[in-house]
Amino acid sequence: MEDDTPKALRQTSLLKIGSYGFLALWALIAAFPLVWIFVMSFKLPIDAFAQNPLDVIFGPHTAQKDSAFSIIDILLGGVFAYYAYQIPVRFYRTTLDYFVPVQNKNMGAFALGLSYIFILVGFAFYVLPAISHVLNGIFHSISALSLLAKPLIGYTLQHYYAVWVENQFYIQFKNSLVITFGVVTISLTVGTLAAYALSRTASNLAIWLLIIALVFRALPHSVLVTGYLPFFINSKEILGPLWSMPVIGWFLSLFSQTPPTLYGQPLAVIAVLVAINQPFTIWMLRSFFMNVPKELDEAARVDGCTHFQAFRKVILPVMWPGLITTGLFSFLLAYNDYLVTSLLLDNQNQTMVPAISAYFNRETTATDQVNAIAAAASITAPLFILVVFFQKQIVSGLTAGAVKG
Amino acid sequence: MFLFIAIPLVTVFVQSFYVTQTVYNTVSVETCTPSFPTSICTTSEKSVPVMDKDNNPVTKTVYVGLDTYKSVLETGKVAKLISSGHFFDIFSNIDFYKALSFTLLFTLITLPLVLGVGLLIALAVNNVSKRMKGPVIFVSLLPFIITPIIGALSIKWLFVSNGLLTRVLEKITGHEISVFANSWSIELLMVFYRVWHVAPFAFVLFYAGLQSVNKDTLESAIIDGASRFERIRYVVIPHLMPLIYFVTLIHLMDTYRVFEEIIGFASQAHVISLQWLTYNFLEPDDTGNRAISSASASSMLTMVGIIILLAPVLKRTLRDQKKG
Repeated sequence: MEDDTPKALRQTSLLKIGSYGFLALWALIAAFPLVWIFVMSFKLPIDAFAQNPLDVIFGPHTAQKDSAFSIIDILLGGVFAYYAYQIPVRFYRTTLDYFVPVQNKNMGAFALGLSYIFILVGFAFYVLPAISHVLNGIFHSISALSLLAKPLIGYTLQHYYAVWVENQFYIQFKNSLVITFGVVTISLTVGTLAAYALSRTASNLAIWLLIIALVFRALPHSVLVTGYLPFFINSKEILGPLWSMPVIGWFLSLFSQTPPTLYGQPLAVIAVLVAINQPFTIWMLRSFFMNVPKELDEAARVDGCTHFQAFRKVILPVMWPGLITTGLFSFLLAYNDYLVTSLLLDNQNQTMVPAISAYFNRETTATDQVNAIAAAASITAPLFILVVFFQKQIVSGLTAGAVKG
Repeated sequence: MFLFIAIPLVTVFVQSFYVTQTVYNTVSVETCTPSFPTSICTTSEKSVPVMDKDNNPVTKTVYVGLDTYKSVLETGKVAKLISSGHFFDIFSNIDFYKALSFTLLFTLITLPLVLGVGLLIALAVNNVSKRMKGPVIFVSLLPFIITPIIGALSIKWLFVSNGLLTRVLEKITGHEISVFANSWSIELLMVFYRVWHVAPFAFVLFYAGLQSVNKDTLESAIIDGASRFERIRYVVIPHLMPLIYFVTLIHLMDTYRVFEEIIGFASQAHVISLQWLTYNFLEPDDTGNRAISSASASSMLTMVGIIILLAPVLKRTLRDQKKG
């Protein structure tokens, strides 16, 4: 890389080394606790809480009692990961053109991606172990190279099995999915309309609405829950009169015969989370809308669009990046929430994050402790994938609020 | 937005003046023991809950005025402590003041740390080659995006009695260490967790801001003989001021509702926060009752607190927005 900075702006090597050192330290601090729980979740308790940190990483007891990777397996995995990444990068275009010659490529690309993932999973679970078995056998018989086939890093899936199968964590996973999906879709729908309106007026009222939204953004979540909880618990009695009213009652009884008890209902929690999330969504989407020039609306109107058509056909298509970013942050809010879901949902409908408290409250044995760690790692995995794929959008979302806010 | 936020707020306000209780009737019960020549009878007064025709306890809601606020603020106990000269015991003995002082101190201590660490990372990334930028941002986003409870737990597991760092510390100091037995060490760990969790946000914003620092101004500062530190102090930081102000605003809002750390570190015996206090009132107690009224009162007080804290910042936002 050619250095074109003026000489006076160049840095002394000491400063450079200092910067690298500081960043390395920060990266270590930032990632270490998370990497560590990930490593621990694959070890038997005796290794997970071993005296020597190296024992935690290599897991000698786990290797003895359960399964282990040898150096060959690790190399094999590395090669596999490299090609799994390289193949789509190199051949994506040509394959897509070959299989999907028609205009509408989005669905085709989606199907192609999905089938690629299926192939990868199949390969990783059936073909790779077979190859590794053969290779390990060969290397084991050659005495000079047998070290390569020696079990090195022990791992066990028993804690994940305990969490997901024995304790039926998938039920909570499904509940989390329902709640986050509801929150994201409703937040975005309402938020887009409100933010578009607010970004296109300069009236005093709009400014006051924004300020009030900011105050609502600052409210501790427990305040809102306090307002909702008694209503949800007694909703059967409170909503009773609505069901006995002439027309409305008939209409409502189409959905359910008696007024529902909202406590413990995912729908009710979605409403509360949307209410908490809405001020933030409006602020963020508004700052994205502010970047779309007003002239675009005007041009569409001149071409004969109605207000709504201009919004749907001209503004929304250029807003996709903003929508994805805001959706991501709504997802995070709903997915990470503990307070609202733990107070408003009963045990059957509980989401993943509050459910984990059941583990760490009864952390009595070391196995329970590692089970809790495995559950925590399971909750973290989707977030990790999110950062991998949407790093750019998350960064743009963080900066979006600050530019105009 | 107004339907779903403002109405609950009004109900909270109203609830805080009312208390719902089970109605009790005082019944005099005569119990007689068989004895000779006459049975001995005692009459005692018992209070029994009144049942309606479906055999559910009847409840009634009474207006109690500011009584709930008084019980949350424990005014009587405060007056007693002040008159006996133990003013500072208020902040260690009474739940509400304990929570209030922790929440405020925590907010004010973490703020400069978050700003400082965020700025340092941003400056460091700006100093090294561009290729480092992607990986550093990726790693930094992890603690930011993580579920707060899980983040707190992952740090807690390093410091539990058989955790990795506890063992390292024990080896260095030669003493037995139990981090979760003292409130000061828990508070220290909470500050660490919060900075770990929020500094990436400050870093990403500051780094974005650093990209638009005027190169010419920097060069003229050099010609004027400004040292590296002076350039940062007088050129870069003023340029970042709007962002610093923005991070402060968001940080005040988010840290004032500190809650997840309390659950994650299970520190309620030592350290509690305002939002945890409300949460605790809302959780059903041993008899299955939720102290809705107390929760409403503490919610209202919490809300007043955040509005006072944010008032100057809000004023400035209003002015900026009006300017356009």
